[in-house]
Amino acid sequence: MRMSSVWLKRLLHVTAVMTLLTVNTFMIARESLAAVPDEELLAPMAELKSANFSKKAQLVVDLSNIEDERVLLILKGMLGGDLYYSKQSADSFFVLSSGESGYLAQNVLTAEMLSDISKRDYKKISVNNSLRRLLRETLASLQLRSPNVETRIDAARAMMKSDDESNIKPLRQALQAEESASVKKLLAVSESMLVARYGSSHERVDAIGRLKGELYPEVRSLLAGFLIERDGAFLEADSDVRKAAAEALASIEDLVAFNKGVENVYFGISLGAVLLLAAVGLSITFGVMGVINMAHGEMIMLGAYTTFVIQQLMPNHIDYSLLVAVPAAFLVSGLVGVIIERGVIRHLYGRPLETLLATFGISLILQQAVRTIFSPLNQSVSTPSWMSGSLEINGALSLTYNRLYIIIFSLMVLFALAMLLRKTLFGLQMRAVTQNRRMASSMGIRTGWLDALTFGLGSGIAGIAGVALSQLTNVGPNLGQAYIIDSFMVVVFGGVGNLVGTFVGAMSLGIANKMMEPFAGAVLAKILVLVVIILFIQKYPRGMFALKGRAAED
Amino acid sequence: MKKYTKSIGVGFSAMALSIGATLVQAADTIKVGVLHSLSGTMAISETTLKDTVLMLVEEQNKKGGLLGKKLEAVVADPASNWPLFAEKARELLEKEKVDVVFGCWTSVSRKSVLPVFEELNGLLFYPVQYEGEESSKNVFYTGAAPNQQAIPAVDYLMNEVGVERWVLAGTDYVYPRTTNKILEAYLKAKGVAEKDIMINYTPFGHSDWQSIVSDIKKFGTAGSKTAVVSTINGDANVPFYKELANQGISAEDIPVVAFSVGEEELSGLDTKPLVGHLAAWNYFMSVDSDTNTDFIDSWKAFIKDADRVTNDPMEAHYIGFNMWVEAVKKAGSTEVDEVSDAIIGVTVPNLSGGFATMMPNHHITKPVLIGEIQDDGQFETVWQTAGAVMGDAWSDFLDGSKDITADWTAPLACGNYNVKTGKCSGQNY
Repeated sequence: MRMSSVWLKRLLHVTAVMTLLTVNTFMIARESLAAVPDEELLAPMAELKSANFSKKAQLVVDLSNIEDERVLLILKGMLGGDLYYSKQSADSFFVLSSGESGYLAQNVLTAEMLSDISKRDYKKISVNNSLRRLLRETLASLQLRSPNVETRIDAARAMMKSDDESNIKPLRQALQAEESASVKKLLAVSESMLVARYGSSHERVDAIGRLKGELYPEVRSLLAGFLIERDGAFLEADSDVRKAAAEALASIEDLVAFNKGVENVYFGISLGAVLLLAAVGLSITFGVMGVINMAHGEMIMLGAYTTFVIQQLMPNHIDYSLLVAVPAAFLVSGLVGVIIERGVIRHLYGRPLETLLATFGISLILQQAVRTIFSPLNQSVSTPSWMSGSLEINGALSLTYNRLYIIIFSLMVLFALAMLLRKTLFGLQMRAVTQNRRMASSMGIRTGWLDALTFGLGSGIAGIAGVALSQLTNVGPNLGQAYIIDSFMVVVFGGVGNLVGTFVGAMSLGIANKMMEPFAGAVLAKILVLVVIILFIQKYPRGMFALKGRAAED
Repeated sequence: MKKYTKSIGVGFSAMALSIGATLVQAADTIKVGVLHSLSGTMAISETTLKDTVLMLVEEQNKKGGLLGKKLEAVVADPASNWPLFAEKARELLEKEKVDVVFGCWTSVSRKSVLPVFEELNGLLFYPVQYEGEESSKNVFYTGAAPNQQAIPAVDYLMNEVGVERWVLAGTDYVYPRTTNKILEAYLKAKGVAEKDIMINYTPFGHSDWQSIVSDIKKFGTAGSKTAVVSTINGDANVPFYKELANQGISAEDIPVVAFSVGEEELSGLDTKPLVGHLAAWNYFMSVDSDTNTDFIDSWKAFIKDADRVTNDPMEAHYIGFNMWVEAVKKAGSTEVDEVSDAIIGVTVPNLSGGFATMMPNHHITKPVLIGEIQDDGQFETVWQTAGAVMGDAWSDFLDGSKDITADWTAPLACGNYNVKTGKCSGQNY
């Protein structure tokens, strides 16, 4: 036993030494790959320290013409705003990144890593928007031949923003060498766009013809640019080009309009999913139990703050933080819900007005408590990397990931809740108590305890909603207030005490709102939705899906 | 029983003593009112300003006070409730008898206290950028007027960035509506066509920006450079920027220049996706000057938090407070009328290494800075006006106010003098 552990240690040691060796040889290999002496790189870089932005742009172009793979690291660092120079020693430049503890600095020339450095000893090489644009384009042109397909896709996509004639040649070369069909397509579009700008009249018309049906915003922008009129004259003198551009643009516009419609529906569904999440907890406390719970919004807020606290506790694992936050938020909000029910609400059953006032008071107390504990400032909740960005379906239609996940998540919550109510003993007891309290009680159900648990369930689900909302909006003391009215609207509109009603109510309000927004504006759309609901409630006071039969008779 | 009487007696005498103490103290102090919301929606922004004034008061007392007296801060909390602002203002002026008030954030709160200050002849220093179209005898505006923030920002985008299409997006209330009206008139005067301007208003605290951002994206594909001029207020900014980033709109494609997003707002935000978007202010925390370094150091020491940031309205209070101190010294009194006369022309250092002067229209001179958001939540100044710009109370680009000017020095002594008709309407709100 002892022997083996010693051997294990030795083995580990040997592996460690070998790894170090490989790293070293790798570094040597890197250095030997460097095509130019350090001085050639240092000359333009030394000037970067004090240059103004237009001079910096020139220096970036100079750097990009040096054939050396370290240039890539320098330009990437600069684009990310991570390129620094040391205040102490002249001619040393570093790319800073944050490691497990403190900052890491990588020397751009020697690739040597320094850990645990103080950021005060370094000064950033600042960049502005136009420089960032140039850097992105330069990097893209350098990476068109990268061995990694993902990088080539990004590079080819970034080239669409280019208006530099000299990029036509590298694009054509890359196009010839390219094997991946998807990269090829992007490259072809980028190449056509540049030819459409700079080719001969005939070439331009041809290139524009090839751009028909391309939905990328850059293509539309380019074509529309040919048709701009200033002071009665067209900016584009060539009438053939104008004609071709108008044709191509017309073919694109139809497709864009269709995609815009699809996008609107998606927006509506995603707003509906948010409303659903916010309202589904209320459909338990208000819908099933009949408690007008004005503190519902604050339960959402507590869930969002739980997410914030969880992220503070695990700062290096933001990607998993939400998975931990969901059960944690459920427990925190649920527990607060149980305390509120046992402490206040149970004394007020059957007195809606007093309940309303009491829960409104609780909501104010909770808000001010959060202000005292966390400060009145909004707290920063990070978005996990898998929730940022969007899924590009085509050039004109992309679905944002955070909304996509929230739609799925809200459906999962709704499904789980429905199962809980329909398939479990707790659900059965809960329905029994709300339908006939005395009968349930005489059957041996502890109604008081069940009330507390039901209220806790509703509040806990509100807490889960808070986790989702922390990804969309501010986490601050006022978070809950923004959603309380919408939640009541959904529950009342959908039909009190009915999960299907809540679902249909949330989705129809979401879609109606988003359908009206493009032509009515955000303010008017909201008002119109309210008016429609008021009229609807006049005709159907019990909402869309009213409970029928004995359960409906209070 | 006897015991009780005794303790009550002790209590009374203690109370009498303490009243005596406050009376003695009251005679020896100059009272500085602070009228900022410490609870409710606006607490997020205004609490910081309350602390700023408390810090300035403390520092002035360390320097030996003013006119041989100590300064005493009296804090009132109007709780983000506009009518309560008027009540609290009345309380500060009538009951507490404060000599000066530093306060208000939103325009509606200022409009609410204005009649009170004019009736009771109080003195208010208002530290936030606002829509202009006002100049009251009793108010000193240390924040930016539109010509000190909005107009230079548009000039920058037009001349330096080459923007030709404009989205004016704002929250639906008085400041964005008026500012956008001024900007629209200004842009049209510069030859921008109607179809190249898109105006959009959203409710307070709007959080679902999907459609609007998608519209902006579409608006930006018309072949010329597009920018968003944002007067979106407070909380609504965070989801707006998040949506921009998620829909893949970067600052290089469509830059957003904001008038209400400062260091404080960014501190509640993951700024990575915002890098490169712009803000126009008269001060950035990142400004490199000795006065600024000192101010940041003392602020961090006072608030006992090394991560707290400073922002533009804080600088406005810094300038306003020092101007008031200078004016009181000059007048040798804290009488409102004497201080108001003395303060005009007073020049004090600002935090960006220059000076601010109080003009006869109760506005001050300020440099205008345009900054790009960095990934650490700070701004990098990319452009600034050559010198300080004079605050213009009445915009030159609106029909109703073109001919109006404000000058509180004799012989005019009027906040809204119409140069065409030669009349002073005396109406401020």
